[in-house]
Amino acid sequence: MTHDATMSPAAARAAIAAVIRRIVPDADLDGLADDDPIRAELELDSLDFLSFVELLSDATGIRIDESDYPDLSTMARAISFLTARGTVHGDG
Amino acid sequence: MADFTMPSLGADMDEGTLQEWLVKPGDTVHKGDIVAVVDTAKANIEVESFVEGVVQQLLVEPGTTVPVGQVLAVLGNGVATASSAEEPAEPPAPAEAPPTPPPTSPPVASESAPEEARVAAERPGSVRVTPLARRLAAELGVDLGTVTTTDDAPIRAKDVRAAAAVLRPAPEPTSEEPGPAQQPSKAEAMRTVIANLMSRSKREVPHYYLSTTVDLAPAMAWLHERNRALDVSHRLVPAALMLKATALAAQATPALNGFWVDGGFTPGGAVHLGIAISLRGGGLVAPALHDAADLSVEELMAGMRDLVTRARAGRLRGSELSDSTITVTNLGEQGVEAVHGVIYPPQVALVGFGRVVERPWAVDGLIGVRPVTTLTLAGDHRATDGFTGARFLTDIEQRLQHPEEL
Repeated sequence: MTHDATMSPAAARAAIAAVIRRIVPDADLDGLADDDPIRAELELDSLDFLSFVELLSDATGIRIDESDYPDLSTMARAISFLTARGTVHGDG
Repeated sequence: MADFTMPSLGADMDEGTLQEWLVKPGDTVHKGDIVAVVDTAKANIEVESFVEGVVQQLLVEPGTTVPVGQVLAVLGNGVATASSAEEPAEPPAPAEAPPTPPPTSPPVASESAPEEARVAAERPGSVRVTPLARRLAAELGVDLGTVTTTDDAPIRAKDVRAAAAVLRPAPEPTSEEPGPAQQPSKAEAMRTVIANLMSRSKREVPHYYLSTTVDLAPAMAWLHERNRALDVSHRLVPAALMLKATALAAQATPALNGFWVDGGFTPGGAVHLGIAISLRGGGLVAPALHDAADLSVEELMAGMRDLVTRARAGRLRGSELSDSTITVTNLGEQGVEAVHGVIYPPQVALVGFGRVVERPWAVDGLIGVRPVTTLTLAGDHRATDGFTGARFLTDIEQRLQHPEEL
């Protein structure tokens, strides 16, 4: 277990990108600037966003409450949120 | 003996391509079983059987495009069918008469009767024309007598479009558009379906529009409190409450829940709530959430997520595309405050919810900041008057003030 190691920004970015691709397979992630509003840019409706939260929580093992949603509004904020909260998850 | 025919999956479906059989001869089929996948302009649709029986013969190969109403398979009653000898099986070729939608499809206003008579008078005898092709020909000014088809097939929409393109080569040809012979893409085909249906709605349906602002503070507070304790997978979104309130109100106001057919209103019975879902890459479908008024909000939420997922994956069921009794469009996430929608014929009402916004709001003589949404109704004035519509919107609003009762 490496539960005390925090998640690196690169790992956080990769996790977010992977989750977005599962919801919007042809998403233009290169065209998404770190400060762009993710939901507006990728046209995520409330159900898509719920899936985003669900998959991100599953992938990182981090509990994400409704009050945390604003912290996921841009790539930059989401990376900060995950690195602040996150630990490298799993046994490997 | 019973025939399984190409169903009409929506008011403007003209033909469909059989993609896949999910049954084989000898299989027993029950009502509601999914027996085939059909590709239409909108999506791949899983088609259910409306009859019980044992599959005797599959008449159409996967990949074949056939008009609505054509027999795709013959079902027997499972025991030796003595009567089948007296009753010759339908030939696999298109029936002689213009294909008619199966009786199980939703009623569609019969608008083409006079046209049909005229066309028949002009071209006595042999030529068969699908209803959509006839309507298109009238719209595009194409003389059906000039339309040719291969192998004695009925004239279809694409033949009319091809004829129209020859008559009037693209008005503003550009270098990117090689010519009229090009096969339309899926997106273009869907655009055409939407264009036809919405044009028909605006042409035939005298819309009236109502709107009111709804205080969502109690609903949002209840939702946040409820979601706080729950895992992401069990959380609800505001749309679930809005849909449930709408379904209950539609149940209480049957005059807005049903179809305008042949100059009269037919109640829809149960509330099958059409949910407008925008598709990535463009286009829109509004599949039905069956018996929405009878679902708990949790069940409704699960049903809504399932419908959206399947709509975007292109796997909806036939009944979902044809059963809606009233439709809701929720542009809540797209930044605008109100939507004044266009009714899906033959339905008679369309409910719209705008984005949830925070606004100064007076309650009991005090001003506070509250989350509100603009709730709208587009009503068919042939079926109802504004009075009924207003009562309906007020009912939705009242129900949203008591989210715990939804």
